[in-house]
Amino acid sequence: MSRADEPLYPIAVLIDELKNDDIQLRLNSIRRLSTIARALGEERTRKELIPFLSENNDDDDEVLLAMAEELGVFIPYVGGVEHAHVLLPPLETLCTVEETCVRDKAVESLCRIGSQMRESDLVDWFIPLVKRLAAGEWFTARVSACGLFHIAYSSAPDTLKTELRSIYSQLCQDDMPMVRRAAATNLGKFAATVEAAHLKTDIMSIFEDLTQDDQDSVRLLAVEGCAALGKLLEPQDCVAHILPVIVNFSQDKSWRVRYMVANQLYELCEAVGPEPTRTDLVPAYVRLLRDNEAEVRIAAAGKVTKFCRILNPELAVQHILPCVKELSSDSSQHVRSALASVIMGMAPVLGKDATIEQLLPIFLSLLKDEFPDVRLNIISKLDQVNQVIGIDLLSQSLLPAIVELAEDRHWRVRLAIIEYIPLLASQLGVGFFDDKLGALCMQWLQDKVYSIRDAAANNLKRLAEEFGPDWAMQHIVPQVLDMVNNPHYLYRMTVLRAISLLAPVMGAEITCSNLLPVIVTASKDRVPNIKFNVAKVLQSMIPIVDQSVVEKTIRPTLVELTEDPDVDVRFFANQALQSIDHVMMSS
Amino acid sequence: MSSGDGGEVASAAAGPPTPLEWKFSQVFGERTAGEEVQEVDIISAIEFDKTGDHLATGDRGGRVVLFERTDMKEHGGSRRDLERMDYPVSRHPEFRYKTEFQSHEPEFDYLKSLEIEEKINKIRWCQMANGALFLLSTNDKTIKFWKVQEKKIKKVADINVDPSKAAGTGGIASSSVSSSPKPYLANGGCSDRPYSSLSNDLSFPPGGIPSLRLPVVTSSETSLVARCRRVYAHAHDYHINSISNNSDGETFISADDLRINLWNLEISNQSFNIVDVKPANMEDLTEVITSAEFHPTHCNMLAYSSSKGSIRLIDLRQSALCDSHSKLFEEQEAPGSRSFFTEIIASISDVKFARDGRYLLSRDYMTLKLWDINMDSGPVATFQVHEYLRPKLCDLYENDSIFDKFECCLSGDGLRVATGSYSNLFRVFGCAAGSTEATTLEASKNPMRRQVQTPSRPSRSLSSSITRVVRRGGESPGADANGNSFDFTTKLLHLAWHPSENSIACAAANSLYMYYA
Repeated sequence: MSRADEPLYPIAVLIDELKNDDIQLRLNSIRRLSTIARALGEERTRKELIPFLSENNDDDDEVLLAMAEELGVFIPYVGGVEHAHVLLPPLETLCTVEETCVRDKAVESLCRIGSQMRESDLVDWFIPLVKRLAAGEWFTARVSACGLFHIAYSSAPDTLKTELRSIYSQLCQDDMPMVRRAAATNLGKFAATVEAAHLKTDIMSIFEDLTQDDQDSVRLLAVEGCAALGKLLEPQDCVAHILPVIVNFSQDKSWRVRYMVANQLYELCEAVGPEPTRTDLVPAYVRLLRDNEAEVRIAAAGKVTKFCRILNPELAVQHILPCVKELSSDSSQHVRSALASVIMGMAPVLGKDATIEQLLPIFLSLLKDEFPDVRLNIISKLDQVNQVIGIDLLSQSLLPAIVELAEDRHWRVRLAIIEYIPLLASQLGVGFFDDKLGALCMQWLQDKVYSIRDAAANNLKRLAEEFGPDWAMQHIVPQVLDMVNNPHYLYRMTVLRAISLLAPVMGAEITCSNLLPVIVTASKDRVPNIKFNVAKVLQSMIPIVDQSVVEKTIRPTLVELTEDPDVDVRFFANQALQSIDHVMMSS
Repeated sequence: MSSGDGGEVASAAAGPPTPLEWKFSQVFGERTAGEEVQEVDIISAIEFDKTGDHLATGDRGGRVVLFERTDMKEHGGSRRDLERMDYPVSRHPEFRYKTEFQSHEPEFDYLKSLEIEEKINKIRWCQMANGALFLLSTNDKTIKFWKVQEKKIKKVADINVDPSKAAGTGGIASSSVSSSPKPYLANGGCSDRPYSSLSNDLSFPPGGIPSLRLPVVTSSETSLVARCRRVYAHAHDYHINSISNNSDGETFISADDLRINLWNLEISNQSFNIVDVKPANMEDLTEVITSAEFHPTHCNMLAYSSSKGSIRLIDLRQSALCDSHSKLFEEQEAPGSRSFFTEIIASISDVKFARDGRYLLSRDYMTLKLWDINMDSGPVATFQVHEYLRPKLCDLYENDSIFDKFECCLSGDGLRVATGSYSNLFRVFGCAAGSTEATTLEASKNPMRRQVQTPSRPSRSLSSSITRVVRRGGESPGADANGNSFDFTTKLLHLAWHPSENSIACAAANSLYMYYA
């Protein structure tokens, strides 16, 4: 390269590094492939760069993955849609590598390119590629082929369409279970492009074969096809062809298949309409809720709200609710936990009466569950119940349970409760709060776990915001200030933390009259950690209080601390003093 | 099992196939007389792939050695020519060394203060793809997924920035070998990589820049490269004794003393525990898992054996945690025959499914048992492997030999079974109905030397001079009343039967012997 070209130097290096020994540099170059392409121009990109990439495809997976991704958006760089087909060969080879994520990305890019290609180009280039992959020697190619049919099919002439359908049906009977799984996974997408007439014949027979596959792993993917196909078919066809399959699947020998059904069932209800839902799908769902295998019950329990939303309330109360009751005392904690995370959503579906009568006892028993996850899942959705049953009932029946949980031995449970206290407070109102929860909030400040003490301090601030400074002056500040004499320095530190959080909410006056003196006293503490925290708190108070107070009270205290024997105390005191000077200068 | 498919001889009559005449085929790593065997060279695993075109061995030094079949490839295309040349048509499998790689290294678990040996416990072949071989290998704790592939050795011939020329222009080109920033940019700035300053809106002439060239890559030779694709670690508290692929092509199991885990080949950071026999209190432990294998065609079925001599068949469809078995195979012990050793020798060291999945073969210390998975009342056949050792159980217990774990294997047609014994002997039994075939072979160049056709009456023609040369150290060979000598130190633990032909590969210490019939 001559000196005259020197501005091109970076791009030259970029190109050379396509073949560098260092994978990171190759990766960089591939990521900038569009820059290289623009430097080479469209024609040389088509004639040189793309063939070069096709030949050099035995690289590390990471590089191949990047290449597959870049090629997906490469149409502008090869000269637009009419030249899009030149991008197919390198992606075709990437479709055959054994690393799944590279193949998936290559298929994704091919689909993206294919959906922009002209119809005649699809017939000339894309469909032959799909056929080559589908006839590939190794299963990897055939797996990739399955994901391309839905792009190829719609633009194919009739004879080719027949051929494509028969190729797909062969892929569904491939010797390799991996290929059959890929075919099952993509069946829904492919079916969406197939004409209604063939849908009922060809596709349904493919589907039926898949539902009877020997391999569990194939059958359970066919379950996913049920919902997808169901949405494509007319309701009566769906009832005739899909419904029996799904009912069979719901009683499959393999728990994994039943698990998939439990996850997908509610989607099918919409496809088949209300009547078959009532007669067939509700009983199937009830069976799944009572399945022997806990994993299946977990999946079914997790969908209970979604399912109930589709049904009318009477059906839900009559059929589903009894199962929910059983599940609330299930032997598996994971089932109860899954139920607890969604059961709150049933309240609006069932309405007030049914909720109070039937759901409330279940909430309460789940709230007392021995497994903390279950309790947490209930608490996190309390606001939804409040909307239905109202605050009076909520407080009456749930409050004792909440008080109990506030003292739970798992700190994460306590933490979750604390985080819901401001919400509860806003819904319960001041009067109720003072009676029941005020003491708890103070108690948490002295928790053994730091995260709880920290959350408790934060909680006080949010309560003060909720109920206002006057209330806080009466109900929070005195109790907090009392604790500053606690013999344990960690608790004294919590008080400092609480004060620094409360000060901005309380305003300058209360801060000066009530909070500041306590801090100043604390600056004489014997523990250095308290003292440097005092320095930090004082620094945080500078913007809140009046200039004169800063000079009269804060500065002298800080100056005193700068002579402390402890290096950290001196450091933070100096930092706070600097911040005072800074504020002075700017004002 | 139909006896009709037992080869040309058997097809003539309905009777059992005639006993096979075993011949020596090949040996790899043969020891010369008096040579000390290095501990690390001792073979600890043997496995044919599904096609029988490849064979893998693992050793105590953590290495995996691959062999490939040569007799097919050479003559595949020109069989007719060979026949014309009067070449012997009935070829037997012949293998040649393909490659080897270090699969596991010795490790130290600092948390548990535990040394982890590099010894390969098991090798299992996976589905071939794109001409590359894939296999799983495991030591006591960690399973690895390997890909072995021919790679072209590439040389970049032509690049834009000639390193030698560019060196003169201010060392610019060195940026492609070192990452030190070079102050070459017009605005005087520096950057780690020259192109980091390239913005995407940089404009190029519409026809591109003709002086830029793509690197030209030439590739002349190829080499075999083994790359570790995935490591499945930290899932076993105890020692892994088995791994087994599932017929679904995406999962496999690994079994240790107390648990069996299910993995997806593509996901190395999680596995599912499907069997857990660990009692709440370890003092209640009476039984451990010794071996486990998936059914060859039913992806939901697997069998595992225990130290108490039972085989459990479990159905993954029934439940997520398969602590309860769907079938149990064990033999009731004859009353009165109980002794101190009964429980020890009942322990099953290996269990294998026949290729059709109908039969199961198990090996305990004294016998091979063949089970029909549809019949759980007892084995369909029991073969005594070395009954003459029964009086010596006491000695075997004292020198710990009684805990040796012998493997077993079935022929591809399911008509014969084989397993190893001491003194580098292995035995082949016919298991077709009516067959009395029971052959004793020695892992040496003359396998039939020690042949005992009628197991009840040991042959008198026993050699001694040659065995003595092979034997290490000065231990005197044990000999029973009939002059049947045996040597505890030379045990043949590992062997494998070719999936489609009558060919056996077996390991005698560091040597791999191959036989055919």
